Amino acid sequence: MSELLAQGPGLEAWLLLAAVLFAIGLYGVLSRKNLIAILLSVELMANAVNLNLVALSRYSGNLVGQAVTMFTIALTVAEVVIGLAIVILVYRTRRGIEADQADMLRG
Amino acid sequence: MGAWISFGLLAVALVGPALMVVRSRDLVHSVLWLALTLVSTAVAYVVLHADFLAAVQVLLYTGGIVTLMLFAIMLTRRLEGRSFIEHGSSGRLRAALAAAAVLGLTITAVLGTLPFSQGGPTPQLPVDTAALGRIFLGPLVLPFELLSVLLLAAMIGAITLARRDEPSKRPVRPARPAPPSPLEGAHHE
Repeated sequence: MSELLAQGPGLEAWLLLAAVLFAIGLYGVLSRKNLIAILLSVELMANAVNLNLVALSRYSGNLVGQAVTMFTIALTVAEVVIGLAIVILVYRTRRGIEADQADMLRG
Repeated sequence: MGAWISFGLLAVALVGPALMVVRSRDLVHSVLWLALTLVSTAVAYVVLHADFLAAVQVLLYTGGIVTLMLFAIMLTRRLEGRSFIEHGSSGRLRAALAAAAVLGLTITAVLGTLPFSQGGPTPQLPVDTAALGRIFLGPLVLPFELLSVLLLAAMIGAITLARRDEPSKRPVRPARPAPPSPLEGAHHE
């Protein structure tokens, strides 16, 4: 235990922190009703994944992890852009952005 | 010891705002808390020797995404003057259970299967943006170029989805019969 204290936080500490962030984001996705709030929570989850990638890159001494993180950041941006466009469409047709209102495909 | 203290502070600065993102009832507050979480993540990137990523994080996420989110909120909010996120308590309990289950699984996986700290000293990762650039234009050049195609497609898709149809091409008539009045529409039945 004392050597763990002297060593400073290792890879596990970062991975556990990212796991907590991911779980918070998952809670948000499942519990919120507003579409934009759900998108925000998805952002939290993606952010946790990025943190994982950067931590793994740091503790394996391999820069490719950071490059892949750049890719995931760009993918997340594309996802947000499309997601917000869909939110605006839902708002236009349904006059509201609650997830329960987007039930046009319900049989 | 000092490293653990700074890690603890960083963890608080990450988890606290993240909790506020999912707890806050006002959507604008949620977005601002998300901005704080993302800035804290940028600090974590600096600690993890990823300076370029920290800059990208602040520019793209905190600058771009947060602005977009606020813009979308302003666009869709005009009907509801007050905060309008309603939780069903049972839904919240189920969501918390599911999130706790996933968290437990992840922690078990991290602690149980991967004995990291028994390895030798941590390999050094230099803060080297030039090397990162060489990776982008060397082994990863194909995904790098594909990514620009993806961004272009996303941009075109967003414009196509969100623009209004011109009135000359389509009658300006909602596809559904009379939408519910604004006051009712905002609430859950």
